[in-house]
Amino acid sequence: MLLIPCPYCGDRPEIEFRGGGEAHIARPSDPQTIDDQAWAEFLFYRTNPKGLMAERWNHAHGCQRWFNALRDTVSDRILESYKMGEKPIGGGRA
Amino acid sequence: MRRFSLKSLISEAFNAHQGWERQWRTPEPKAAYDAVIVGGGGHGLATAYYLAKEHGITNIAVIEKGWLGGGNTGRNTTIIRSNYLYEESEAIYEHAMKLWAGLSQELNYNVMYSQRGVLMLAHNSHDVQSFKRHVYANRLAGIDNEWLTPDEAKEFCPPLNISPDLRYPIVGAALQRRGGVARHDAVAWGFARGADAMGVDILQNCEVTGFRRDAGGAIEGVETSKGYIATRRVGVVAAGHTSVVMARAGLRMPLESFPLQALVSEPVKPVFPCVVMSNAVHAYISQSDKGELVIGAGTDQYISYSQQGGLHVPIHTLDAICELFPQFSRMRMLRSWGGIVDVTPDRSPIIGKTPIPGLYVNCGWGTGGFKATPGSGNVFAWTIAKGEPHPINAPFTLDRFRTGRLIDEAAAAAVAH
Amino acid sequence: MAGRNRLPKGGRVDRSKPVSIVFNGRTLAGFAGDTVASLLIAHDIHFVGRSFKYHRPRGFLSHGSDEPNALLSVDRGPGKIDPNNRATVAEARDGLVTHSQNHWPSLEFDIGAINDVLSPVFVAGFYYKTFMWPRRFWDSVYEPKIRAAAGLGRAPDAPDADRYANRHAHCDVLVVGAGPAGLAAALAGSETGKRVFLADEQAEMGGTLLHDLTSAIDGKPAQAWVAEALAELRSRGNVTLLPRSTAFGYYNHNHIALAERLTDHLDNAPAHLPRERLWQVRAGEVVLATGAHERPLVFADNDRPGILLAESVRVFVNRYAVAPGRKVVFVTNGASAYAAALDAAAAGIDVTLVDVRPEGDCGPELAALRAKGATVLTGHTVLAAAGTRRVTGLAVAPLSPAGKIGTRKTLAADCVGMSGGWTPSVHLFSQSRGKLRFDPALDAFVPDQAVQAQRSAGAANGRYDLGEILSEGFAAGSAAAGGDASRAFTATPTPTGFSPVRVLPTDADPARVKAFIDFQNDVTAKDIHLAVREGFESVEHVKRYTTTGMATDQGKSSNMNALGLVAGILEKPLPAVGTTTFRPPYTPVTFGTLIGPSRGPLFDPARKTPVHGWAEEQGARFEDVGLWKRAWYFPRGDEDLHEAVARECAAVRQHVGIFDATTLGKIEIVGPDAAEFMNRIYVNGWLKLEPGRCRYGLMLKEDGYILDDGVVARLAVDRFHVTTTTGGAPRVLAHMEDYLQTEWPELNVFLTSTTEQFAVIAVQGPKARELIAPLVTGIDLANDAFPHMAVRTGFICGVPTRLFRVSFTGELGFEINVPADYGRAVWEAIFARGGAFGLTPYGTETMHVLRAERGFVIIGQETDGTVTPDDLGLGGMIARAKPDFVGKRSLARPDLEAPGRKQLVGILTDDPTLVLDEGAQIVADRDQPIPIHALGHVTSSYWSPACDRSIALALVEGGRERIGSEIFVTTPSSFTKATVTAPAFFDAAGERVHA
Repeated sequence: MLLIPCPYCGDRPEIEFRGGGEAHIARPSDPQTIDDQAWAEFLFYRTNPKGLMAERWNHAHGCQRWFNALRDTVSDRILESYKMGEKPIGGGRA
Repeated sequence: MRRFSLKSLISEAFNAHQGWERQWRTPEPKAAYDAVIVGGGGHGLATAYYLAKEHGITNIAVIEKGWLGGGNTGRNTTIIRSNYLYEESEAIYEHAMKLWAGLSQELNYNVMYSQRGVLMLAHNSHDVQSFKRHVYANRLAGIDNEWLTPDEAKEFCPPLNISPDLRYPIVGAALQRRGGVARHDAVAWGFARGADAMGVDILQNCEVTGFRRDAGGAIEGVETSKGYIATRRVGVVAAGHTSVVMARAGLRMPLESFPLQALVSEPVKPVFPCVVMSNAVHAYISQSDKGELVIGAGTDQYISYSQQGGLHVPIHTLDAICELFPQFSRMRMLRSWGGIVDVTPDRSPIIGKTPIPGLYVNCGWGTGGFKATPGSGNVFAWTIAKGEPHPINAPFTLDRFRTGRLIDEAAAAAVAH
Repeated sequence: MAGRNRLPKGGRVDRSKPVSIVFNGRTLAGFAGDTVASLLIAHDIHFVGRSFKYHRPRGFLSHGSDEPNALLSVDRGPGKIDPNNRATVAEARDGLVTHSQNHWPSLEFDIGAINDVLSPVFVAGFYYKTFMWPRRFWDSVYEPKIRAAAGLGRAPDAPDADRYANRHAHCDVLVVGAGPAGLAAALAGSETGKRVFLADEQAEMGGTLLHDLTSAIDGKPAQAWVAEALAELRSRGNVTLLPRSTAFGYYNHNHIALAERLTDHLDNAPAHLPRERLWQVRAGEVVLATGAHERPLVFADNDRPGILLAESVRVFVNRYAVAPGRKVVFVTNGASAYAAALDAAAAGIDVTLVDVRPEGDCGPELAALRAKGATVLTGHTVLAAAGTRRVTGLAVAPLSPAGKIGTRKTLAADCVGMSGGWTPSVHLFSQSRGKLRFDPALDAFVPDQAVQAQRSAGAANGRYDLGEILSEGFAAGSAAAGGDASRAFTATPTPTGFSPVRVLPTDADPARVKAFIDFQNDVTAKDIHLAVREGFESVEHVKRYTTTGMATDQGKSSNMNALGLVAGILEKPLPAVGTTTFRPPYTPVTFGTLIGPSRGPLFDPARKTPVHGWAEEQGARFEDVGLWKRAWYFPRGDEDLHEAVARECAAVRQHVGIFDATTLGKIEIVGPDAAEFMNRIYVNGWLKLEPGRCRYGLMLKEDGYILDDGVVARLAVDRFHVTTTTGGAPRVLAHMEDYLQTEWPELNVFLTSTTEQFAVIAVQGPKARELIAPLVTGIDLANDAFPHMAVRTGFICGVPTRLFRVSFTGELGFEINVPADYGRAVWEAIFARGGAFGLTPYGTETMHVLRAERGFVIIGQETDGTVTPDDLGLGGMIARAKPDFVGKRSLARPDLEAPGRKQLVGILTDDPTLVLDEGAQIVADRDQPIPIHALGHVTSSYWSPACDRSIALALVEGGRERIGSEIFVTTPSSFTKATVTAPAFFDAAGERVHA
């Protein structure tokens, strides 16, 4: 079970969280103007990376906040977490 | 290829088994092939087998990063059934089911396909409605699937707890009698042996690192850890690693890869006659020929290539198993493991062309791909051989995510595969 | 009688506490502190089981949790029988009843032993090559026979009567293994006040020191040092000692699972104690001091009862004071077995030692043993063991440096102690994804790079010298606690000389003898040869083809021998063949331990409304809806579902009914941008909805399909009271929070789940207003003052209420929201007034019928995640002028606009008495050949009391254009003819709600 660093609450066990998949997929500002393929790519296409991944988490059974985390999908190590709207510092926790 | 039979087995017994041949070669890669299959799991090997057998294309390489059958083929809980809801799904899983029925003989390799029945438990009125919808839909498709009362379910599966005092009492069940299990490794090995015998080169411990395309953008070869291989047709069948392989061709996919865990108990004498699945309480169980209870459930919730998940997931599964079968509480978990399952937005596979000419993909089988192995390989071979999809896999395009013509078994039934 | 092999003195058993156990009907005496294995050995019993495939007689191989052979069924009474207990782990306690397994009719005379005779046929993977003809025989003939022969013990057939517990814990340092390295680590780690857990799988802590009679540490005998160390640890308040606790799984982020055995060893276990406990420990740092396992040597018939690992002979002699034999031959390729031989000789046992190494390669241990008068044959190999149910001797022969086998001779023996070297126990390290490194000198894989916050120490790290082990353990413990302390220990040097050999050289045809690699699964060296011959070159392939390493010891005794053999055959360096991945659990763990208390009512919490108790008292039947228990119907007398529902329906249509709608999800949406937020989430428009009014809202997922629905009340300009479906509440809140926090953080809106805050009492029927009027204050209930789809706040029975005038029945109706704590009181107050009005409580089934008569949909019943608003005929609700809302863009995708989509319609069967099955399929023509294309399916189907006939709702391709046409619907045995209608059967104009 992962130990997830909620930026608001600190380290908490994974069962308190709901995973939200890949982060930083911006919803098109005017969806009606883009074509079907571009919309499908927003809806469904994902990088699904093997390695470093920015992903969304919701502290569903805690503070209810959404935030992002950088995790290595091979080792499952979480390097850092950061609030919505922030950028990762790219460093990592000790 | 030396045929397997009781006669050959006994004659070898007198020969201390010195006369058996290699089941497949360990060849060096050729400079060029007519087709290259990326991924040496059950689906990939089946694709190569049927390409050679039914389409006469034998100059094929199957390129496998690790050892053949070492991915999800060797890690799944081997459930086989075809009682899906939508006509598209029914067609492909039933196509597979028919091939399963004769597969041991076809491959001359006992894959131990055991039609012991798959029983799916209903726990609430939503389940009842959903399962009856399946039963009726399957009848129209000529697929066996019957509705059982709790007593009938208990008669079919005596260990079942049908007490009304359960937290989620069993209110009925759907049974596909032709459903069952098979020996997963044997499926990979049988297809490998059969393909190898027709000339297919199985290149293990060889990784595809890139794709070369001609001026028109079409595939002209693959870069591998053992050097460049020229080919005009590539079929990617890389399961959980499909996104990784396709990224090397510059394509993003509508896929996410999740850990899927399973476990077995210590072996005991026969105690469990069939396969039982319960979606409402999240568990499925059968007993292997070796005597182990084979148990699985849903995926972990995050993308991972680690083949490892959290302990809370199998614990939750076992909660459900012991609720349904309280006598198994003293059974012991012997081994647990994880696979990497590639999941599409509608939980149905993608089998067909890609935007790159000459590049084909067969992926997205999620948690339920094993049961489709022969059918999937069969129609994918057709697709690669003819450059167009077989009618059975025609609906399973990548383009359906653009048009919205999804085949959403999960949404329709909330049934795990 | 304590058994003829009980040594007269020594050991750690408590001779003042006799116990007796039963084995296959024989009552046998021993002492507290015995394992079942040591107690049986005391009575010279070695033959305790049959192997998996060949049903060969088997005895003890080891003394611990790596035991592959000696698995017994333990019977503690009804519901307390469990199979496959390791006799070497199970503690003997008074009255324990045990049975051997996998034989029929008895251990001594087992029909299955025929398999040993037929073993030339039953080689690795033989079943892949046969049993294929005739085709149908696999399921019906071959497989049942194979299954009956396979398996070990019998599964319990009664529900488990025992209790289990779970505990979650945090510590700074978790030390796994309480041998010398672990004790030193715990001492160092706890010096600075950090919280330290020390766990060990055995009953007693001390590890190998518990059977070390000759070593000294800092001038003290090893066992005295252990006692002092444990006393010191116990005295420290920051140390938790966990004996009988096996760390079995090392998961992500230093999450370690341990199984603790609490009562199995007690003669009279108190009833309140759980049998086993699962610990889930989140450790800051972990020290793995898990020791090493000794390897068997591979020679013909090395599986005979009485052939043990050399160190195990030493353990039985020193720790349990039993002699595994009176004439013991040790066979070894290294120095460690000499210590065992010396101790056995010291206990008065006749000892001979056969060393594969040439004389010159042996260390000082050789002279030491010879000095005790023991015969030592160096440069010898073992050709075969003699005996069937008990080893009677060993055929040995000199081995020339060139590998030539000399003249054989037989050494008589009633016990053999073999040592093929040691394998560090890297299971947990590997589970934690640490990288292993092959050490050729040790001929083993050792920990290399750790991935998680952990370190290995002692034998688990490839250290075999006692002094080094202690120092390394101490340093590891200190480092784990954030320190850098080191300490030198003065300890007796440990002879560690070793030269790797696995399969002992022989002059017999290796293809004809059975030299076992995996004892339990009956995998022999020739099976491995066969697998490689057939092209299985990866060790994972060999493992799966031969089943080596897949027995209940998970390869602890077999993996390195199998790997080495494969590498040897392929003439590759061992690491090139690979090592298999170690997966949890380290040793098998009962399901009971894992699930702990989550059985029965604790399997999943049941949510109950404030009115639940009242409904129970009224005899309601309940149904599960998500986690909720909802009143399904209220039978009177011996009414069945249909009779009760017909009565309840009639009461609502003619008089008034009362219904518990508490389970509907409720979300409070508040803030200056609340209406804008609603506009973006729902398909409807909200800006113009006036405070005090309600609207039926529909929301989509981003893919354009319906997510949920519900009535929304605007309480104020900046405040909405949203309702959702019962099952959808958490999903909808999560969906809203997601968009609010991640897409539209600029909106000033707050979302609060209020599902549990309100009890909701639906009062529905023509007399609803009359019924509640006297109870309501502060609200004008008059029709024009309080019209349909309005909301008011006021009081009912003096309790604050949000009173909705809404209807899901098609009748005049109110939904009374009151604080949950007052729910039952208000309900009962209304009910008390109801007699005069014919008030009838009704359940979910009646609610379903009433709404279906009116054609109201239920999300999740009419919809299944692939349905759009237009499919339901609700396209008109979409505020198309809005620039965007969730799902809008997806509705414009080609397939969502394509003709022929399935649309909601009504279905009336030609036979009005026939109630269709929900889920029944609809076809245009019943006489088509299979496969028949389905036009759609029945989503809802009931007997309608108001229509006095059956009714159904369905989703049908191009359904609205088919209204009036005939279709066929499946029935359990055939088809029935029906007509497509509009999806409303009663009061289609919807006038009654305005009454």
